[in-house]
Amino acid sequence: MERQTLAQLSAALHDGSVSSREATEASLARIAQFNPLLNAFITVTGDRALAAADAADRLLAEGKAGPLTGIPLAHKDIFCTREVLTTCGSKMLSNFVSPYDAAVVEDLAAAGLVMVGKTNMDEFAMGSSNETSFYGPVANPWDLERSPGGSSGGSAAAVAAGLVPAATGTDTGGSIRQPAALVGITGFKPTYGRVSRYGMIAFASSLDQAGTLTLTAEDAALLMQAMAGFDARDSTCADRPVPDYAAYLDASVAGKRIGIPKEFFDEGLDPASAEHVRTAISVLEGLGAMVEEVSLPHIGASVPTYYIVAPAECSSNLSRFDGVRFGYRHKDADSLESLYKKSRKEGFGAEVKRRIMTGTYVLSAGYYDAYYLQAQKTRQLIAADFAQCFETVDIIAGPTTPTPAFRLGEKVDDPVQMYLNDIYTIGVNLAGLPGISVPCGFVAGLPVGLQMIGPTFGESTVLNFAHQYQLQTDWHLQTPDLARD
Amino acid sequence: MQWETVIGLEIHAQLATRSKIFSGASTAYGAEPNTQACIVDLGYPGVLPVLNAEVVRLAVKFGLAIDAEIAHRSIFARKNYFYPDLPKGYQISQLELPIVGNGSVKILLDDGTEKTVRVTRAHMEEDAGKSVHEMFDGETGIDLNRAGTPLLEIVSEPDMRSAREAVAYMRKIHQLVRYLGVSDGNMQEGSFRCDANVSVRPVGAKELGTRAELKNLNSFRFIEKAINIEVERQIDILEDGGKVIQETRLYDSDRDETRPMRSKEEANDYRYFPDPDLLPIELDDAFIESVRDELPELPDAKRARFVSEYGLKASDVITLTTSREIADYYEAVANALAGDHRLVANWVIGELSGALNREGIGIEDSKVPAEALAGLLRRISDNTISGKMAKEVFEAMWQGEGDADQIIDSRGLTQISDAGELERIVLQVIADHPEQVQQYRDGKTKVLGFLVGQIMKSTHGKANPKQVNELLRNKLS
Repeated sequence: MERQTLAQLSAALHDGSVSSREATEASLARIAQFNPLLNAFITVTGDRALAAADAADRLLAEGKAGPLTGIPLAHKDIFCTREVLTTCGSKMLSNFVSPYDAAVVEDLAAAGLVMVGKTNMDEFAMGSSNETSFYGPVANPWDLERSPGGSSGGSAAAVAAGLVPAATGTDTGGSIRQPAALVGITGFKPTYGRVSRYGMIAFASSLDQAGTLTLTAEDAALLMQAMAGFDARDSTCADRPVPDYAAYLDASVAGKRIGIPKEFFDEGLDPASAEHVRTAISVLEGLGAMVEEVSLPHIGASVPTYYIVAPAECSSNLSRFDGVRFGYRHKDADSLESLYKKSRKEGFGAEVKRRIMTGTYVLSAGYYDAYYLQAQKTRQLIAADFAQCFETVDIIAGPTTPTPAFRLGEKVDDPVQMYLNDIYTIGVNLAGLPGISVPCGFVAGLPVGLQMIGPTFGESTVLNFAHQYQLQTDWHLQTPDLARD
Repeated sequence: MQWETVIGLEIHAQLATRSKIFSGASTAYGAEPNTQACIVDLGYPGVLPVLNAEVVRLAVKFGLAIDAEIAHRSIFARKNYFYPDLPKGYQISQLELPIVGNGSVKILLDDGTEKTVRVTRAHMEEDAGKSVHEMFDGETGIDLNRAGTPLLEIVSEPDMRSAREAVAYMRKIHQLVRYLGVSDGNMQEGSFRCDANVSVRPVGAKELGTRAELKNLNSFRFIEKAINIEVERQIDILEDGGKVIQETRLYDSDRDETRPMRSKEEANDYRYFPDPDLLPIELDDAFIESVRDELPELPDAKRARFVSEYGLKASDVITLTTSREIADYYEAVANALAGDHRLVANWVIGELSGALNREGIGIEDSKVPAEALAGLLRRISDNTISGKMAKEVFEAMWQGEGDADQIIDSRGLTQISDAGELERIVLQVIADHPEQVQQYRDGKTKVLGFLVGQIMKSTHGKANPKQVNELLRNKLS
């Protein structure tokens, strides 16, 4: 079976040419076959999935099905799922079964999607290569020696390899767009506040945003329709209507303006990748869009800003993992202090500890003003740069990552090199904007991503541009060898 | 050397909401451990706080009552530290931009003068749970029912100069929050407690001395004792040439001493930063004014009105306005009676308070409600019974024997005020005691008391004493 998009599968389910049980069984079979190579899943929920598929088939038979009813889906293991392990890629939560479902899990279940499992990820979403996972690295389906990126690496690899047609992810500094770019699929991060964070285990609360990993922008629009919207349980969730994303996909981009930030085409960008990105932009130009150079003068501060804000928030968010109420607990602690120290020392991996320490440092008395407060200011400048650009352009386009997929182990010992992998994506999180990565070519057999960024709540525009691009190109249809039957 | 004491208080008042500050769990006191802690209170992975709007309303109400600045924009911050009763590893509180800014209250000093105590700020925060050491041998249990209970922390300037002033200030805040309905002020249940920052300095010195923070003082009596003991301790140190160290100390009421809890070396760096899970609280004037409209008459205003409207003594008014409940009770009786306001004041402060204290109950649970007391006092005013008999009737009412008229009736306590009947009795007593009558007429007027006594005795105390006195004088002159 070839990889199928949500749109194709939805049509097949509705015309009866395939049942949800068949689609789900096919997905489970591919997981069984390829997951040993990829390590994309932490938990596979076969029995539950088949029961849900049968329920979906009944709805389909009764004509009560929605567009997504019966479609198999994987959740990043950062989303809490009742009765199913939720590990966040950490030893700390290797025994944690959530008593409740995350808002995203609820919403997609309500839309009829069938959860087949929970995907591997960097520990607590801290990482850009999926190598910080307690459950081991995920392999890139295009080259098993290479990283699929992270932190939503499991979701990205699973979709690229056709184990599931779609998966959820979260994006704090590029964790959806970067892995999507490195495995050649479509990764969409909506505006901060568009999707509820309730039940999504927090890394950096002011940056975390749930989104989608799919084959196409059209599929992203379909999933977003079910995920987006107000949730009173998340105070940062936007209380504003959700547009009909699919309805806007076919709008013409003729006459619209694309801004190209000159800072994105710097010496750090791999020249071959840059060439593909420029070509992709010219495809949009061919559709009548107008291209102009723009500037994001403070974007250079985005990586250092991010590596103050995100660790600061994570150092506080992860304090609840203390071995007292849930999660990993050291067995032989002889005092309260040793319970904390041993549980956290053994429960967290090196990268998580590095960020907790960085965050604790930048919030400490005497350093707060120099680091945290300063970072808040540069964050505002970065956001203001984007806002200024969107006064004249409809969308900003550029590369998603500096290079195609790097080798597993290549950067794991050099945190700064690893952090620089997110140089083009991080500013978008700091500004809270919607962004997408779509495949736009290959360098030495490895996918390259085109990033498009929209203004606040400009999801429709971003999806529209991405869809129009995908109507003109077939990079998103390229399938890794592994995934061919 | 003469020393001056300087005290500032941080009062924690539990806000009177049904649910917690950031979750829907109940705040009711006394439930089984951990039955009122939901996943938000327990700090489960993925949960988020949602602010209870009632908390904001109550905080603003308090701020308006102390004439404070209300912040149009305030923010929550995280105070980070590890403790088992703090599930998230941080407390959501406010540091910069608290909801209530500078305000002040007036306290009455022992010499009858008023003093203004400045309030620096008041901010909203969540309470922690509590560790339970008694129940488990060698282990510590945690009860998180209290976790997430809304608190208002009210911080004063170091304006108080004695333990008595500190108590007067705390009583004033206690009175205010209860008047406002902002907190039930229940100190036994921990709904109202304070930390005291205490230092001493040579009289006349401008700079403050090094302070010690006394933690968790939860009764007016303990605050006074703890502060006095701490002041003595600090003066002893300084007079011996030593230095007071800045530290947190705990008052031990059993030993009547303060002792160090943790020193500055072990002090936490709380690493406050704005809580990214909560948006800034933006309040507009319309909201603030709508809260102002809900303000009840406050104690100072009520005191002034009681003096002017009811013509009561200042000292009585202080007692009668201690709480809104007492004041309301007084007014209900006074208005029902439309008569002697002082009689009502005397009864509320005297008999009624005595009975309430005896049983340890509040006036809202009085066994003689306001209307019933008015019914009794009416019978004093219209001379049906004497004040002395009224005390007997009151006691019977307290025991649930019925209303005043029923008891007066069934016990035959109606006062003899009929002039004809009284005259007959008076003449009889005069006739029976010629010797004493002669003595009176000879100028030994003290004998009148004996004759009144005889009349009361023969009427079993039911004769109207005022009329008896007048009649006797007339007949004997």
